[in-house]
Amino acid sequence: MIKDPICGMEIERDRAVSSHVYQGQEYYFCSEACARQFTEKPEFYVKKAESARSATTGVDLERSDPVQAELPLSGLECTSCVVTLERTLREVPGVQKAHINFALGKAHITYDPKEESLQAAVQAIKQVGYNVGAAEMRVRIADLHCASCVGFIEEALHKVSGVLKATVSPATETALIRYLPGMVRFEEVKQAIESTGYKTIHRLEEEEPPDQESAAREREYRLLLSRFLFAAIISVPVLITSYPQFFPFLKDLSQGTLRLIWAFDALLTLPVLAWSGQRFFTGAWAAFRHHSADMNTLVALGTGAAWLYSVVAIIAPQIFPKGTAAEPFFDVAAVVIALVVLGQALEVRAKGRTSAAIKKLLDLQAKTARVVRDGQEIDIPVEEVLVGDIVVVRPGEKVPADGTIVEGHSSLDESMITGEPIPVEKNPQDEVIGGTINKTGAFKFATTKVGKETALAQIVQLVQQAQSTKPPIARLADVVSSYFVPVVMIIAVGAFVIWFDFGPQPSLAFALVAAVTTLVIACPCALGLATPMSIMVGVGKAAEHGILIRNGEALQKASKLDTVVLDKTGTVTKGKPELTEVIAAERFSENEVLRLAASAEHGSEHPLAEAIVAGAKAKELELAEPTDFNAIPGHGIEAVIEGKKMLLGNLKLMEQAAVELGTLSERATHLSDEGKTPMYVAIDGKAAGLIAVADTIKEDSIAAIRTLKELGLEVVMLTGDNRRTAEAIARQVGLQRVLAEVPPEQKAAEVKKLQLEGHQVGMVGDGLNDAPALAQAEVGFAIGTGTDVAIEAADITLVGGSLRGVVIAIEASKATMRNIKQNLVGAFIYNTLGLPVAAGVFYPLFGLLLSPLLAGAAMAFSSVTVVTNANRLRRFRPRLTTTERGAK
Amino acid sequence: MIAQILVSLAGLLAIIWIVWYFWIYEKKGVMAAEAGGAQEIRIRVKGGYDPDVIVVKAGKPVKLHFTREEEVSCSETVVFPAFEKSTKLPPFETVTVELLPEKPGEYDFHCSMNMLRGKLVVTE
Repeated sequence: MIKDPICGMEIERDRAVSSHVYQGQEYYFCSEACARQFTEKPEFYVKKAESARSATTGVDLERSDPVQAELPLSGLECTSCVVTLERTLREVPGVQKAHINFALGKAHITYDPKEESLQAAVQAIKQVGYNVGAAEMRVRIADLHCASCVGFIEEALHKVSGVLKATVSPATETALIRYLPGMVRFEEVKQAIESTGYKTIHRLEEEEPPDQESAAREREYRLLLSRFLFAAIISVPVLITSYPQFFPFLKDLSQGTLRLIWAFDALLTLPVLAWSGQRFFTGAWAAFRHHSADMNTLVALGTGAAWLYSVVAIIAPQIFPKGTAAEPFFDVAAVVIALVVLGQALEVRAKGRTSAAIKKLLDLQAKTARVVRDGQEIDIPVEEVLVGDIVVVRPGEKVPADGTIVEGHSSLDESMITGEPIPVEKNPQDEVIGGTINKTGAFKFATTKVGKETALAQIVQLVQQAQSTKPPIARLADVVSSYFVPVVMIIAVGAFVIWFDFGPQPSLAFALVAAVTTLVIACPCALGLATPMSIMVGVGKAAEHGILIRNGEALQKASKLDTVVLDKTGTVTKGKPELTEVIAAERFSENEVLRLAASAEHGSEHPLAEAIVAGAKAKELELAEPTDFNAIPGHGIEAVIEGKKMLLGNLKLMEQAAVELGTLSERATHLSDEGKTPMYVAIDGKAAGLIAVADTIKEDSIAAIRTLKELGLEVVMLTGDNRRTAEAIARQVGLQRVLAEVPPEQKAAEVKKLQLEGHQVGMVGDGLNDAPALAQAEVGFAIGTGTDVAIEAADITLVGGSLRGVVIAIEASKATMRNIKQNLVGAFIYNTLGLPVAAGVFYPLFGLLLSPLLAGAAMAFSSVTVVTNANRLRRFRPRLTTTERGAK
Repeated sequence: MIAQILVSLAGLLAIIWIVWYFWIYEKKGVMAAEAGGAQEIRIRVKGGYDPDVIVVKAGKPVKLHFTREEEVSCSETVVFPAFEKSTKLPPFETVTVELLPEKPGEYDFHCSMNMLRGKLVVTE
């Protein structure tokens, strides 16, 4: 076998179409075209063929240093599989080391770049039953004409280290490259492709990516609309000629002429069935093969039966029992199909709107990131950002990944993730969330989570997951809908028989109309759509406010809560002590007392000390360095600052040093009653003042608790703190019921006690310490901490961390459940009333028989109504808490 | 009169047939093939899932390769309620759903509207 130097195709020497000698060497060609190309510019192709080997890859083939690669694994669920997988990987030729990090789900391998170990390793991993996570890029290749070159380019791409799979499609002129994130740069790919003589244009990702889903919906909508228009246009003449008695120019025609016109109608309606109604018939057939029946079955049966009957009625009416048959009704077939297709078109339109929330979330993701690499700022696609990269964000830009600020400060609009409307100030060490918008300053941050790990990606995943679950209330609808269609068919058959046996003449015509109307009016779609549509909108809407509802069950339970238990620390309060009061004794100034106390505590890591230092810094006081420092456990500290002897601590410390406290001790008791922690300050043996520190309540806790009460919920606070502190906080936020001094392991038991009192309890706390209590409660609300959104124990995660989220979550749940109930009740009532009317039960009483045309309209309208009603939820606005109401 | 009796009989037979065909008939399952550590099967999505009853063994990862061969929006999502899993199926693309069934039993999967249905039968 030899290779054609132009296209790279392997050919047999004697089968070659032509050959050419150049510089003493003979070259063979697969086609005349290749040969011609070669003779025009032989030096170019010969050079290329020679240089191909070394230039094809990013890896220098002379190099023999082992290369390391990190393969992200998916599907790794048991630790014992790790051993098997490591062994398998080590057996791959060329692999020198293999190690699997189970926690991170990654395989680290060291291999010889000369062997194509990477692809083999990936293959090995797949054979053991796992998958390798990979990034994809699409590259546009210019003038890719010969199909045989495809293999050549693919081969070159496979040699680039880090490329797992490369597929070149000559039809679209693109190469689809799956590669290990971070290991392949576009330049390397470009180099590999260009070494084969082709030009790469750019990455396809840089072209505006079309929104596939909405594009598909748009196509579907247009197709349905044109199918409707076609059916509607045909319907007009068919409808007119079906009722000749109402039209003067048709009234006087003879039966023979009418039969001719009707025969023409039969031909006219055939394309309506075959094209506009195509889906009903193909869908019905597909379902039939699966021993199931759906809406398509009903429409296909109804319209098909009407058409067949009508054809027989004009061709061979004599085969029907005498007097039973009447005029044909081709109008039913055409009009019903037109109406149902129109309904479907409107439904597709409305359905598109229900996923607006997810689309909004997806749009938050930045496309590129400006990363510092080798001291230079370069723009790279966001998929290639690695953990630990330093990313530069300028004002007005989106944060491309999660991370921690290392330099600079700014205020960030996080409302799209947390639901908090006010921009948040960020300084070094603060966390930033991908997808939020940088408002004022420029900063650099180190990424901590990228790709699928980011808060935004997880939010999208959680929301999508939740959107396809159903609340328990929908189970009945599911059971009904699984029996529904066959039941409708049975009713239709029953109606036919009864009308034929007992109905007036022409009995066959009446029987058929009743059966067709029954088939057409039934709307399993309304039942099937009722819940999913509302859940889609409701869960999406909640996510827009920073509330992640795990599933439909949580949503249903949240709508029924009557009691909410709030953990105190970190939920009602900020969970971090803050300086609240500085009281100076006579002859001392407040600032001086604070400055000296903070200087003494400077460098201590005790949370109380940190609160004092932070308080002093907030007042822009200059701190001094202590010359002597001594911590006295259980009492406080002593230090020497600027030659002054400082004491800072509790009453015991003051008593030991025999410091005269005077009125200060009274003020200290008062502060303790308010739930604060007072500390005495003494300077040179004299009482200088008091400094109080407390875990302060969050700004919006009071308003949120008030709104919860307005919603009719009983609000209880739960804490491990002492009763005095707990009650002080409870007074401030307006709570009556406090469960204090509850040790962490007892929290779940307290929730259970409330449940035994007959309450539906929602528990609000952090996802770690309170996990058992969250799990015990009907609904566990976890207060989110920054980018950690997938909190295992929580039914509902409040990304923003504010209690206001509980209010919005409950309101959104109630609104969604109300919407679902409206839809379900509507669909049930529609079907239970519609079916008997269609079958003609009112005929003996009132002489009322529904026209199949009206039935078709009702059916189309009912499913559109369900989707439209669900879309009403998009207008959901949470009730404003009282403070916001005041502000507006 | 004869016509009435014939029609009544035909109607009765039709009803019995509907009950048998849609409710009583037991569908035969298709075994998923084992490849490496996983059990894999291709499922065609077009007006239904083909095959729609899939038999797998408990405790081994299952990979279901769905290929949606239509643009009708009904089948755009496949839901596995017991696994709290759902996936969008873009038309004319193959999407793989991976599951790990721990316990033997029957697990339904269906489209978002519960119109198209399939079953995962997990055996010992």
